[in-house]
Amino acid sequence: MSLLSLRDVRVQFNTAGGVVRAVNGVSLDLAVGETLGLVGESGCGKSTLGKAIMKLVPVTGGEILVEGVDIAPLDRDQLTDMRRKVQMIFQDPYGSLNPRSTVGRSVAQPLVLAGWKADATAERVETLLRWVGLPSDAKQRYPHEFSGGQRQRIGIARALALSPRLIICDEPVSALDVSVRAQVINLLEDLKSQFGVSYLFISHDLSVVEHIADRVAVMYLGMLFEVGGRDQIWKSPQHPYTRALLAAAPIANPRLARARQRAVLQGELPSPLDPPPGCPFNSRCPMAQDRCRVEKPVLRPVANGAQAACHFV
Amino acid sequence: MQRFEFLGRFARNRGALVGACLILVVALMAVFASVFFPTDPLRIVGLPELWPGEDPEFPLGTDSLGRDILSMIVHGARATLLIGLFASAVATIIGVGVGAVAGYFGGWVDEVAMRAAELFQTIPNLIFVLTIVVILGSTLTNIVIAIGIVSWTPIARMTRAEFLSLRDREFVQACRSMGMSDFRIIVSEILPNALPPVIVLSSLVVAGAILFESAVSFLGLGDPNVASWGRLVGDGRQLIRSSWYICAIPGIAIMITVLCLNLVGDGLNDALNPKLRDR
Repeated sequence: MSLLSLRDVRVQFNTAGGVVRAVNGVSLDLAVGETLGLVGESGCGKSTLGKAIMKLVPVTGGEILVEGVDIAPLDRDQLTDMRRKVQMIFQDPYGSLNPRSTVGRSVAQPLVLAGWKADATAERVETLLRWVGLPSDAKQRYPHEFSGGQRQRIGIARALALSPRLIICDEPVSALDVSVRAQVINLLEDLKSQFGVSYLFISHDLSVVEHIADRVAVMYLGMLFEVGGRDQIWKSPQHPYTRALLAAAPIANPRLARARQRAVLQGELPSPLDPPPGCPFNSRCPMAQDRCRVEKPVLRPVANGAQAACHFV
Repeated sequence: MQRFEFLGRFARNRGALVGACLILVVALMAVFASVFFPTDPLRIVGLPELWPGEDPEFPLGTDSLGRDILSMIVHGARATLLIGLFASAVATIIGVGVGAVAGYFGGWVDEVAMRAAELFQTIPNLIFVLTIVVILGSTLTNIVIAIGIVSWTPIARMTRAEFLSLRDREFVQACRSMGMSDFRIIVSEILPNALPPVIVLSSLVVAGAILFESAVSFLGLGDPNVASWGRLVGDGRQLIRSSWYICAIPGIAIMITVLCLNLVGDGLNDALNPKLRDR
């Protein structure tokens, strides 16, 4: 049984301009001990999907199975069990900690809510701060006394408090300087090998995902275009969008950079208020044909062993 | 450490420092009124209508009945400050409560709360206060409640605006993802971050409340058992052409106190919103 299974998950927002289908039928599996990278352009719905799993946004359809239990229809009081298993790390290390709470109080919050005794909580907070490499006097201090990287460590300590099985990392290093990114990523990897926690790693930074993910899912306008092992996807991307996305990532070696094929995408991401009919990528796809404007593709096994949603691969 | 920083920033504003010192003097006067003037200030102690300086025993003179004006001012400080503080507390409690719920939950709750606030805003404040006092009776408690009821709307709007900007911050989402209850998120997570501008506004409401009370007392609708400054002004108004000092002295006391409260409000604003302090 997989740790997390999404079955045709949908999230809709009713806005003044119409209905936005931010997540439009996503099915995905995440195994125990696995890191799944979720990549896509800004606005493709990857963060919304992460928040839907945390039930921070209302799920309008589909099933979200955490260790086989569907949490989509549960309300707040019934989610206690799931909160212990799934935690989240947020993008903005400046916004994700209450500026008027001490670090100790922030890290202790999940424990207090879970009903831990005061002395057990204090001890646990010390341990957590040590695990993420912060000095133990950090707990009396306030977030503004720490750097971005340190704050992200505080956020990680908070997420680890209840020993979750799965941590949803919503762009955890995007707001950090490149120099501290590696430290935070290494910390996440260390914690994974130490505690066997799984990650759903949401990011638009392909180099980070390439480094940390075991499997990768590519998202576009609320649906998945390609899902597969990292190497399968990086070595032989099948979906035209994945190819374009990988081709757009900078390469450090100029000779390789010159040698590679250019497949630059035309135009912007279409408005999610009014996505093109059929395959949502048809307005920008170099391979688009009449069929793509009518029929929406579904994920199916393709040549590289991964799954892709395209009529022509 | 943060405390000292805050005091330093507050003291950098000279006006606020002066204001705070004078308020402190008024507050000490109020606290120790019965030490300085142990007798009832409303007792007749000398000749009527003695001008300030005329008799060294009554440095600020006496009123039309021969009561010591200085004693009445000192005792009046107690009533006036208490009315200001309690009315502001009532307004802050109502305003923060309504604003927090409206801003946090949004949707129809917000609509209802804001329409209610607008309803209160459309009624002229002084007339509303007078109406409540006339209906409920001229007691100190009723005056405080009446002033609180007309003064909560700006606090509610301010609180709501703060909550709107804070409720979707990631630290609030983090609390939500931990399963924290709405009440706890509002009170222990968002409110401490929303309070600084609200405190500034509350300090200004104290000043406003003092003016309201003065107006009510001036019109003769104040609590007859309390010698507030407004009442002193009201009592002296028949003699304003001959012995104008009877009105002027408590008037000046009101003016200085209100001015100081406004200065303190400005200073608090500068100290609590450090981003704006170098405007």
